[in-house]
Amino acid sequence: MKKVVVIGNGMVGYKFCEKLREKATPSEIEITVFGEEHIPAYDRVHLSEYFAEKSADSLVMAGMDWYKANEIDLRIGELVTSIDRQAKIVRTMHGQEASYDILVIATGSSAMIPPIQGVDKSGVFVYRTIEDLENIISYGARIKKASVLGGGLLGLEAAKALIDMGLEADVIEFAPRLMPRQLDDQGAQMLSEKLQALGIGIHLSKSTSVIKGNGKIDALEFSDGSILETDMLVISCGIVPRDELGRKAGLEVGPRGGLVVNDQMQTSDPDIYAIGEVALHNNQIYGLVAPGYNMAEVVVNQLTGDGVSKFAGNDMSTKLKLIGIDVASFGDAFGERTACLPIIYENKSGGCYKRINISSDGKKLLGGILVGDTSDYNMLCQVMQNGMALPPQAEDLILGSRGGDSPGGAIADLPDEAQICSCENVAKGAIVNAVKEQGLEDLGQVRACTKAGTGCGACSPMVADIFNETLKSMGKTVRKVLCEHFDYTRQELFDLIKVNGVKEYDELLDRFGNGDGCETCKPAVASMFASIWNDLITKQEVIQDTNDKFLANIQKGGSYSVIPRVPGGEITPEKLVVLGQVAKKYDLYVKITGGQRIDLLGAGIEQLPAIWEELIEAGFESGHAYGKALRTVKSCVGSAWCRYGLHDSVSFAIEVENRYKGLRAPHKIKGAVSGCRRECAEAQSKDFGIIATEKGWNLYVCGNGGANPQHAKLLATDIDSESCIRYLDRFLMFYIKTAEPLNRTSTWLNKMEGGLDYLRDVVINDSLGIGKQLEEEMELMVNTYKCEWKEVVNDPVHRSKFRHFINSDMPDPSQKFGLLRGQKIPVTEQK
Amino acid sequence: MIDTLELYKTVEYSKVKIWFQAGHVENFPINGGACISYGSLQIAVYNFARRNEWYATQNLCPHKMQMILSRGMIGSEGETPKVACPYHKKTFSLKTGENLNGTECNLATYPVKVENGYVYVGFEE
Repeated sequence: MKKVVVIGNGMVGYKFCEKLREKATPSEIEITVFGEEHIPAYDRVHLSEYFAEKSADSLVMAGMDWYKANEIDLRIGELVTSIDRQAKIVRTMHGQEASYDILVIATGSSAMIPPIQGVDKSGVFVYRTIEDLENIISYGARIKKASVLGGGLLGLEAAKALIDMGLEADVIEFAPRLMPRQLDDQGAQMLSEKLQALGIGIHLSKSTSVIKGNGKIDALEFSDGSILETDMLVISCGIVPRDELGRKAGLEVGPRGGLVVNDQMQTSDPDIYAIGEVALHNNQIYGLVAPGYNMAEVVVNQLTGDGVSKFAGNDMSTKLKLIGIDVASFGDAFGERTACLPIIYENKSGGCYKRINISSDGKKLLGGILVGDTSDYNMLCQVMQNGMALPPQAEDLILGSRGGDSPGGAIADLPDEAQICSCENVAKGAIVNAVKEQGLEDLGQVRACTKAGTGCGACSPMVADIFNETLKSMGKTVRKVLCEHFDYTRQELFDLIKVNGVKEYDELLDRFGNGDGCETCKPAVASMFASIWNDLITKQEVIQDTNDKFLANIQKGGSYSVIPRVPGGEITPEKLVVLGQVAKKYDLYVKITGGQRIDLLGAGIEQLPAIWEELIEAGFESGHAYGKALRTVKSCVGSAWCRYGLHDSVSFAIEVENRYKGLRAPHKIKGAVSGCRRECAEAQSKDFGIIATEKGWNLYVCGNGGANPQHAKLLATDIDSESCIRYLDRFLMFYIKTAEPLNRTSTWLNKMEGGLDYLRDVVINDSLGIGKQLEEEMELMVNTYKCEWKEVVNDPVHRSKFRHFINSDMPDPSQKFGLLRGQKIPVTEQK
Repeated sequence: MIDTLELYKTVEYSKVKIWFQAGHVENFPINGGACISYGSLQIAVYNFARRNEWYATQNLCPHKMQMILSRGMIGSEGETPKVACPYHKKTFSLKTGENLNGTECNLATYPVKVENGYVYVGFEE
């Protein structure tokens, strides 16, 4: 049995243990690890996330139990102080000893502290460990203004952390540009402008001469005499390899630090290896995690038999998100190693800078820089690393193809040896083989099995693409089944319900599902029942989400809101008066909604039936604001009043809203009708939008506002009202039948193979021959419509369910209300 | 509100001193929940008819401190019976009160028995 001792328990030290244990059992190799810090190895790359209220636990690579389970003797809080190369023993400051056959030094680096006068004042920190961060956080709580010395990668990360703490931040860089090792002048300028727009002060070409202050820092003085007031300084000027142990033991050290290693990662003592930021390979220190992981793998291969494995240097490509700004740099970013032709694209208003360096014969990609948009990064790296052929117009690589086929570099074109995950060194072929040979069925399995995408995560989209492509090539499709209780997609279940005439949830679960159901499948099935049979949803109340159960939107504190239908947004003064009277009588908060209706908020569950009784008496109907259903069809004033109006948008909106009211769907549906191209009804932001033209109507579909706004797309031009309704019938019913649960029409279209052209073929050209069927199915919905609230109000059994307690008539005593601008609002207490 | 949360303590079957009559079986929706008032407590009682099981938990969701769990949908995750809070779909085991999809603190759970058509919830005091 071999004894391996590892000094250093950082990311690379941990990765070494993980890789070694995969290849050697505890009876083959005994592993002892010494870590100086008091917690096991954690993810230093994502250190700034610690500020976003993440605990140290979430950054830890593997907990103590992992080391225990793998029989690795991890001793944390133990600083190794000497190596006795003759006796092959290491000693710690607490007097512990461990003998080794093989020693691995993974001590990493420490922050470089420049020799500036006053650097020992309080309020001056480095940015390296969780302990540093804790100190920065506690000091930062008492101050307003902080600075970062160093505008490199880590310095900008630190600046982000300061901003997250709510401090004003300045960044000071000695070089004339930010990230001088990754970006060129133009790219760095773009980055500077973006950071300044976020309120970060950028000071370039500044050499700090004195850190001023009486005991604690209060200002920085630069060599040009200028002064910057600041309450705290975080130093991030680069790294110094922690080579002191090796140095003391007489190992060969580079002129500027670092333990010299050969291609096998051996130091000048063949039984001692060095990996990570402490190792000096070919006169280079690698300050990134991916090369460190590769070094770890090389050593593991030496120790477990494969003596040929070599470290061949590493690409220093990086991609990161700095304060929400994407930045990437890869290969020969400056185009200075060989003759090359740069292609540069800069868009100042869009905040985007892209540069690629092409070999002088125009055949190969050598490197590049991306600021503002790094979506091309993975593909560009692949094209570069694999020496793939460039498209005829090389600029298509960054500009996208303008017409014709997609530019080179599709997933399918990648060779099997293309490295996809650089952290774990996983090639495309390994992923493809794992999917094929082990029959992997989801991305989680791919990650677990190949480790691809488990490091920095940047390659995850590519891993997903490869997974999907591979399944496709095997003739499999990725099925989105409903949940663990139904092994069917929504569309499959929709057909099963219809063909088998299933109307009860329990019957469906017994015949086609398993288990007891859940909060995912119950409302999804309830929605399908409503879309197919249009029965009253309250008949199966326990499978409805709370809003559909009580036909109202639940609000903070447990009260509900009431929104009656106001078709097209047109309302008579008499009805408006009733809404006011009801609101006053039941003390409801009143707000105009975005869909041209009136929202009455703050009703207790037990008040709902009485409120609706009065509203129905006055001629109102349910507005279905609580359901995944048609909400409103908004309209502008239209030709009746408007001097620009071409057609009567209000009348058409009312007609359309009344046609589809109560229609339930995979998600909510909103519509609008505008009387002219000025588009006051904002129809292009709706699931369906109708805009008047000189000759008729233009029909737009699949738009939405919300978190990911998307403009609706033009489906049909200059059609008459009758065709418009017919196309809408087909479009809506096709959506209802084929979309995944909780997908809006925009998401549905985005996922549709063939996209808008296909949709147009189905809806207008009836390419599937189902046009008539879709219209009939919609006709059934229209003809069986009933106002849900009217049904409930007139049914004493249903009404009796609107209560908080079943053993008391008391309203919920925990509900409390206050006043805001003269109206009531809920008062909710916080944890 | 932290104080409110502390009112709710899991009661073991063996420690029950009071069996409180919560109502007739028919008052509890089949495969659903209902809320009962007991002193200053609000208890959600679930009639999991599909499994022929009854459960009771605090009505208060610890995530956003809302009195709501009786209006949540019930179901299963693997073999574990669960309730989903209507507000943000936090799910809790009906057996142990444990939060199944997050790190919220456990719900207090209470024993339930059915006798002669009536539902009883067990309390220590």
